[in-house]
Amino acid sequence: MSEQYTYAVARIRSLETALFSNAVIDRLIACSDYEQCLQFLVEKGWGGADIPMEAEAILGREEEKIWEVIKELKIDMDKFDVLSYPKLFHNLKAAIKEVCTSEKSRHIFYDDVSIPGEEMRAIIQEKDFTKLPAFMQDAAKEAYECLLHTGDGQLCDVIIDRAALDAVYHAGQEAEDAIIRDYAESTVAVADIKIAVRSQRTAKSLEFMKRAMAECGSVDVSRLAKAALNGMDAIQEYLKDTVYAQGAEALAESPSSFERWCDNRIIQTISPQKYNAFTIGPIVAYVIARQNEIKTVRIILSGKLNELPDDSIRERVREMYV
Amino acid sequence: MFDNLGIVFALTGAALSVILAGMGSAYGVGVAGQAAAGVVTEDPSKFGKVLIMQLLPGTQGIYGLLVAFVTLNNIGILSGKPADLSGAQGLMILAACLPIAIVGLVSARHQGKTAVASIGIVAKKPDQFGKAMLFPAMVETYAILALLISIMAINAIQF
Repeated sequence: MSEQYTYAVARIRSLETALFSNAVIDRLIACSDYEQCLQFLVEKGWGGADIPMEAEAILGREEEKIWEVIKELKIDMDKFDVLSYPKLFHNLKAAIKEVCTSEKSRHIFYDDVSIPGEEMRAIIQEKDFTKLPAFMQDAAKEAYECLLHTGDGQLCDVIIDRAALDAVYHAGQEAEDAIIRDYAESTVAVADIKIAVRSQRTAKSLEFMKRAMAECGSVDVSRLAKAALNGMDAIQEYLKDTVYAQGAEALAESPSSFERWCDNRIIQTISPQKYNAFTIGPIVAYVIARQNEIKTVRIILSGKLNELPDDSIRERVREMYV
Repeated sequence: MFDNLGIVFALTGAALSVILAGMGSAYGVGVAGQAAAGVVTEDPSKFGKVLIMQLLPGTQGIYGLLVAFVTLNNIGILSGKPADLSGAQGLMILAACLPIAIVGLVSARHQGKTAVASIGIVAKKPDQFGKAMLFPAMVETYAILALLISIMAINAIQF
């Protein structure tokens, strides 16, 4: 047990009081329209004095606030690799598509990662893949050449997404902290299950699934891919024999229930950190909880903007950490 | 030779009770202070509550000081007239000091960690302060038991 994070964990405990509970989310859903939802968020301290009253501006500012807190705590950012890799690979994907297709306005970049958008674009333009981290180089080169020669955007996405999952899994395996290992394992397993479900719905081949799915400890990728070939019932049957049995029930219920279960599974993985006082666990859990909170608010705002009924929005809402 | 070392053994006991119990308290108060600072950074209104939590592991150091003071008084060091202690008497005083020295060290460390956990409770549920304080206070029981035994033993030794 290390006392290195005592200050940081106590500070995070204070910050957790401002996280949205299920009751607060219910009140947000109960707001009459989109504008009232934004007003509710501003009253809760979301956004900032110079932030416009727009969903993306407010949510973007909230994402920035998470990392501002982490930087203030002076924690080595390497500890958060598993959380930042998806954004880093997103930048790679966006840069490759921008360079290969010359479509500049379609893609957005994340700038709060080790290789921000402009730098990533320059690396891809120069085709100097050696400037990328070792775990990105092969995937970047393969995806770039694939998109350039075949124009197959989906294959390009599959190559990069698979590399992102592999990177998350390996970062988790090398982490000293159990929460990072568990988070990486759950993230990759849930992503594999999502790939199987979507591949089954779109009738993808076994080769496609094997290329898209990343190996992990709690899911047998080969069996999952074969189950997906045999139909949704076969996927559910396979999941019942794993620790993701609840995913099978959600899958049987509805597609939105399954999507919600995928995120809830991650929150369940980090929930024990509420009772931990001395490791980095509660800090990582707080970051994931805040990201989950922002995602949930985005779903609600999107529902309100499209005038969906409250019950329909509620079905899509994720479980809260607090 | 052995009989000449009586006063040295007695002084060693007094020193150990101060050093070990003080080390434990310094650790406990230090680690609880880090947690308290974390809470106050975000919510200064909780200063009073977390300060009490931080101070709880500090008592072992006081107990060590008390035992050392009684020891020094009994062997005449404080009055400037050191008692003529045999080696056996000196060792008895050393043994009498050990309970608070060792239990003080261990209990203060554990009390500090328990105080950190309780500060987490206060951070999230300040209305549960009373319950939160009980957890580290339970650890105090064993420091008090050790203090009692050390004082009784020191006072029971005849010169």
